[in-house]
Amino acid sequence: MPLQLDFMSILVQWPLLLRGAAWTIALTAIATLLGGMLGIVCAWARAGGPRALRWLVGGYVEIIRNTPFIVQLFFIFFGLPELGIRLSPMTASILAMTVNLGAYATEILRAGIEATPRGQIEAAESLALTKAQVFTRVVLPPALKKVWPALVSQIVIVMLGSAVCGQISTEELSYATNLIQSRNFRAFETYIVGTLSYLGLAILVRNLLYWAGPRFLFGR
Amino acid sequence: MPEFTLWDIVRNLLLAARWTVALSFIAFLGGTVFGLLLLLMRLSGRRVLERLVGIYVQLFQGTPLLMQLFLLYFGLAVMGVNTSAWLAACVALTLYASAYLTEIWRGAVAAIPRGQWEASASLALSFGQQFRHIILPQALRIAVAPTVGFLVQVVKGTALASVIGFVELTKAGGMIANVTYEPMLTYACVAAMYFVLCFPISLYARALERKLA
Amino acid sequence: MIAVPESVAKGGPSAEPHTQVGAPILRITALRKSYGTHEVLRGIDLDVMRGEVLAIIGKSGSGKSTLLRCINGLEVFQHGSLIVDGKHLLYDNPKAMRDLRQGVGMIFQNFNLFPHLSVGRNVMLAPHLVKKRPGAENDARARQLLARVGLAEKFDAMPDKLSGGQQQRVAIARALAMDPAIMLCDEITSALDPELVGEVLRVVESLADEGMTLLMVTHEMSFARKVADRVIFMHQGLVHEIGPPAELFGAPRTPELRQFLSSLHD
Repeated sequence: MPLQLDFMSILVQWPLLLRGAAWTIALTAIATLLGGMLGIVCAWARAGGPRALRWLVGGYVEIIRNTPFIVQLFFIFFGLPELGIRLSPMTASILAMTVNLGAYATEILRAGIEATPRGQIEAAESLALTKAQVFTRVVLPPALKKVWPALVSQIVIVMLGSAVCGQISTEELSYATNLIQSRNFRAFETYIVGTLSYLGLAILVRNLLYWAGPRFLFGR
Repeated sequence: MPEFTLWDIVRNLLLAARWTVALSFIAFLGGTVFGLLLLLMRLSGRRVLERLVGIYVQLFQGTPLLMQLFLLYFGLAVMGVNTSAWLAACVALTLYASAYLTEIWRGAVAAIPRGQWEASASLALSFGQQFRHIILPQALRIAVAPTVGFLVQVVKGTALASVIGFVELTKAGGMIANVTYEPMLTYACVAAMYFVLCFPISLYARALERKLA
Repeated sequence: MIAVPESVAKGGPSAEPHTQVGAPILRITALRKSYGTHEVLRGIDLDVMRGEVLAIIGKSGSGKSTLLRCINGLEVFQHGSLIVDGKHLLYDNPKAMRDLRQGVGMIFQNFNLFPHLSVGRNVMLAPHLVKKRPGAENDARARQLLARVGLAEKFDAMPDKLSGGQQQRVAIARALAMDPAIMLCDEITSALDPELVGEVLRVVESLADEGMTLLMVTHEMSFARKVADRVIFMHQGLVHEIGPPAELFGAPRTPELRQFLSSLHD
């Protein structure tokens, strides 16, 4: 039996795919922004915060890094309502992605921060900069620059991981793919298109961040 | 309505966790074998093979594991293979692991100075002997920590097999949450079990990294 | 200045050449090599007789290292032919390549000892794998060679516990273990601290005395002058001048060589 593939029946559904892709990008963008900030705060706390806070952050990082994203998402979406915290699929997805990225970003940034030469901090302190100023102006920019490739990789990983969010009916790209295949009964071809769409998004996001980082975040 | 104790939940999860361990083991083992094959293809010096492996790695690292699982699940069916969630999960995770492992090892091999290849070549060793006796032992040392670290990714990756209906730890968690109406407790237990599986591996990988650095 | 025992020192026009009559052990004909559009070797012809010691000098980028690396196939050349001990160099034939390499030892600037193997295992690996030399014989031979380079007691040491000079002497023993007909030395003292150069050169000199065919790219002019039968001055990918050391160093014929030699004295 010859293998018959039919891609037309998928491509005619392009508005659905496009909408899904747009949501995937939007989720990733928000999670990157929030998760990045969370990571910076936690990295700072881990590098120079009080002991209890350091332990707390350490625990958070290890728990997130050693459990699957899908379990984190399900815990937030199905578990939290028990505490009266009822989140929409979209909000739950953003929260899960943020918490997840935040943990990885903490570790990545910490490595960059620890690489800052002691002399630079001393120089800044001797110029009477406040502790916060030293961190945001002297320590962070070169650290960010140093770990940017690792951070970008992690952001892409989180975006690819967000495919799971379709499982709680977040209407992102994998959800759209699933919807299309349930309409046209062409599961294999549909998933090929969906998968390749993710590949396109991954390449796009990676290049975009490589381009944007030096321009907006840490100078050349 | 029957009452469920914490032990009921934990016991059933533990039973399901065996499948998580089994799947992780198979994927890691299969990924190792297949990844080594890909590595040799990549080192063969043949442009076409190098390119193909490069594309393979890009494909698996640039797309969601979830989609790979779906693709395998439906793809095997299209190819006429009598498919099951178990088979699809094993194959998909093996391919996924092989792509990452081959890339880790390629980096390790690339980190060996060219002089080592040249010195062994000038001693009339064949390519196979150069790789087996000179490059591999040194590359292994570099690769062992990230390889062990990747095992954590594999264990976590098996959780996605739940989506295509394979009953491992995560899927069992979902089923138990549905009957007990205790999703928070159940998913906390699920997470704790993954943590117990993964955290020691993470620690071990970190210790190796420090020791071999 | 390198301290060398007076008894082994020789050189000058009156020195007896090692060269024997017969077919050359190495014959290079019209060899050309380029990286992309840049031609590094632009037609090299060279015959080397058995037992001859050749020093190759020249500026960096003159192609001298590349020429040396072509001789055991570490670099691929595009035109010309190369015959070692009657064996043609054939890139696309791995078997022929290994046969040829068995006859050509090479010592590198950066030693390239295998860091995961002990000194003794470094020396024994290739004879074991390639020549299938039996264990006891291999062991005895390795110990003998290490004794010869003055490192008998380092048999079980790991390479990273040795000084640069010691590592390079192990590398020499490792190459000798394959009983090569020719030994290639690629700037073998360039990575060494000055005080360690002498110990390596003394070993090389003893090889020359025993009749080993040697091709060495070197910056040690006084050593080249003393040990070499012929010196090759390479310039822009060609053999620019060739002749006995006394002639080349004493009476350079071309302005390029004169300039090169005078630049060394600055």
